[in-house]
Amino acid sequence: MEQHDSKTEGVWGPRPQRGAGAEPLPAGGEPELAEIIATGAPIEIRAGGTKRPWGRPATGTILDISALRGILDYDPAELVLTARAATPLAEIESALAQAQQTLAFEPPDWRALLGTEGEPTLGGTIAVNASGPRRIRAGAARDHLLGFRAIDGTGQIWKAGGRVVKNVTGYDMSKLMAGAFGTLSLLTELSVRVLPRPETETTLLFEGETAAGATAAMTAALNTPHEISAAAWLPADIAARTKLAAATSLRLLRLEGPAQSVAYRAGALGGTQLDAATSQAIWRDIASVAPLLPPAGRCIWRLCTAPALAPALRDRVQATFEGAETFLDWGGGLLWASLPKQDAATALHALLHAFGGHATLIAASQQYRAGAVFQPRSAAQAALEARIKRGFDPGLVLNRFRMSEAW
Amino acid sequence: MLKMPEPLAETLARRAEIVAALRAIVPGEGTIDSETGRRAYECDGLTAYRALPLAVVLPETRAQIVDILRACHRMGVRVVPRGAGTSLSGGALPLEDAVLLGLGKFQRILDIDLENRCVVAEPGVTNLAITHAVQDRGFYYAPDPSSQIACTIGGNVAENSGGVHCLKYGLTTNNVIGIEMVTIEGEVIRLGGKHYDAGGLDLLGAMVGSEGLLGVVTEVTVRILPKPPCARALLLGFASVRDASETVAAVIGAGIIPGGMEMMDRPATKAAEDFVHAGYPLDADAVLIVELDGCGPEVDHLADRVQSIAETHHATSCRVSQSEQERLLFWAGRKAAFPAVGRISPDYYCMDGTIPRRRLAEVLERMQQMEAEYGLRCANVFHAGDGNLHPLVLYDANVPGELDRAEEFGAAILRLCVEVGGVLTGEHGVGVEKRDLMGTMFSKTDLDQQMRLKCAFDPPGLLNPGKVFPELCRCAELGRVHVHGGKTRFPELERF
Repeated sequence: MEQHDSKTEGVWGPRPQRGAGAEPLPAGGEPELAEIIATGAPIEIRAGGTKRPWGRPATGTILDISALRGILDYDPAELVLTARAATPLAEIESALAQAQQTLAFEPPDWRALLGTEGEPTLGGTIAVNASGPRRIRAGAARDHLLGFRAIDGTGQIWKAGGRVVKNVTGYDMSKLMAGAFGTLSLLTELSVRVLPRPETETTLLFEGETAAGATAAMTAALNTPHEISAAAWLPADIAARTKLAAATSLRLLRLEGPAQSVAYRAGALGGTQLDAATSQAIWRDIASVAPLLPPAGRCIWRLCTAPALAPALRDRVQATFEGAETFLDWGGGLLWASLPKQDAATALHALLHAFGGHATLIAASQQYRAGAVFQPRSAAQAALEARIKRGFDPGLVLNRFRMSEAW
Repeated sequence: MLKMPEPLAETLARRAEIVAALRAIVPGEGTIDSETGRRAYECDGLTAYRALPLAVVLPETRAQIVDILRACHRMGVRVVPRGAGTSLSGGALPLEDAVLLGLGKFQRILDIDLENRCVVAEPGVTNLAITHAVQDRGFYYAPDPSSQIACTIGGNVAENSGGVHCLKYGLTTNNVIGIEMVTIEGEVIRLGGKHYDAGGLDLLGAMVGSEGLLGVVTEVTVRILPKPPCARALLLGFASVRDASETVAAVIGAGIIPGGMEMMDRPATKAAEDFVHAGYPLDADAVLIVELDGCGPEVDHLADRVQSIAETHHATSCRVSQSEQERLLFWAGRKAAFPAVGRISPDYYCMDGTIPRRRLAEVLERMQQMEAEYGLRCANVFHAGDGNLHPLVLYDANVPGELDRAEEFGAAILRLCVEVGGVLTGEHGVGVEKRDLMGTMFSKTDLDQQMRLKCAFDPPGLLNPGKVFPELCRCAELGRVHVHGGKTRFPELERF
């Protein structure tokens, strides 16, 4: 994949350092981090830093937590892994691979998309609730967080959840922390659910369908009991840029499982089969939004609505934004849209409000990220979220403004 | 017995006024005032605890729910939400100074959307009714708590209910994609929908499993799944719990996630066999039922692999279901394990801890020692795949002191679960039952954080008080949300 040079084009790389708070704070363990947070000065949490340009720019001195590293407990038979927050995903995936297991939500690698380098970490991945193509079958990142230790905005160390897969003791704080972008507490240690890695996989290709035809076909396939683990559609111009260098649009359905089972289901569904290695490579590209890269000079949005509405949503996006490039993942439930650089937030948020769903700006220069990155809330929900934020972080110390203009 | 918060005398004194306010919103039979009428709601599935609610109100529209909550908020009256009342942890236990808000009249399925694989239902629809509504189209709703014929989807959201298929298909939280809820202040909030994820803070995730303390759910959107075309079950006998446990670990280690994997110990097996005559091996110390579902070739392949793993781990008997009828027969005993135990003991107390599976043999041995210590017998059924234990403590409520001993035995079991790295409850909820054990798992700081969530949703602490937390929420004392000029806003809140 083409590497985007973050150094020559400042807007995609790490933000220019600001004023007095420019120096990263010293690294340290949980007590030391708690002490720093307790001083009440705003901090921006950073581990690998690979997702830092996603979300609104946070205010505060960078707090480097990369010392929080290492797998603490992993017994494959328990299907649970506990690791410190800044443990690189690569280290975790490698430990899991030795036991033929994996993180089933298929964490996507968005480094090229976000123009960052470095190592994605477990904590960062969970904190932004980033899930890949298997999300439609295995659930989102948030569905895999079982428990955690964390430091709140006043410097108190706390924990919730557990290290077992089935637990309803107390509120499900894990769901609240997953996707909170570090605004409620600094996650220091996470226990996640892991699952067996599928024995084998194949992808079925279907060529030349329209968005409407492909969405109907993806729905029909997902409504069979054949356990499709990923379903995407790429229009011809996007499909041409993939490893498959296709000349027409492509609908892709992935099947995973024991070889006998995959062969049987593939036979039932038809299409052209890809071998396992090609299948892996193509879904890695779809997860990392590779067909829309490089993002230079463009804004990349993630649009989620009810899957069956995907063709209508895509038509509206293409008609509204000249030069829009789009493709579908999650059986139609996810429309990736790359737009020529512009402030599209108001229009897209209104559109997704009308469709039912949400639009999130994923990659853009800082100028556009300062606005509404996330789908606006109703007044009642916004007030509730603000109360939650102030409950955990009354001084707005943690990742201030990363998710909301108000906090 | 656990202590419930003292009823507020001031509220009790205003009962007539409160009933009149409710009646103005829900006229006629929808507001229940008479003692006999209220008596029907005095307990849920945790029958050892009973209380007569201040009044019962059974609204039929969302607008009425909004008005009821607004009125209660205005009058400072506590509210206990209730679905079908099947909670085993006392989640719907009434309070003498609280309005019981019954959602049983919300029984409509609002939308069956096969294109988006979801169903939108009112909260009083039963769990099984959702599957019934879509099964002729080849779909089902995956979470299947054993009370599914009676329990409601709204209650499932409150309790984050599980079932025997959780390991593969997840709990309620993994299968609910949207809700509409009303806050204690009467604000209607929609979270999630037919789309994936919601962006922003995951309030939907926080609501599921919040045991009626954060808001009242008025609509639920659930994911439905195509029914697997084939399912087969293996009935395996073992001479020791250890062999059975090692088999479970080996099955998972081989990369197999069964649709269900259940274990029963010897007393539970015997009770079940005497009840349903499923052909369970009575000479076994532990029986495993392993169900595999999927396409035919996959199920046949995995059934062979599980059988060979079981044999390697010294299974003393192995039967693979050869027909749907036989598969259901294997399950019949397990599904009837609770009533079966009810036949051999006047009363039983069902516990619900989860442990790391590797500690199972040790936990069961310690529980056997406790049987002697407490002078009570215990039968065990176990969701072996996910480590969720259901010890059934056998007692006779008519024998003075036995209930107290059963509760003490149960508490000791749960403390043991936490000690070995597990948790207090896998699927039944904390409710009243495990409330005072929360401190064995969480520090005061940990519980304070949970209370902060509660305080954001329900600042006056009116929703379902006395549940989950060992003391009433101290929103003011937590000192972050509602302290004005250093004054404690709720000095009347008691500690218990």
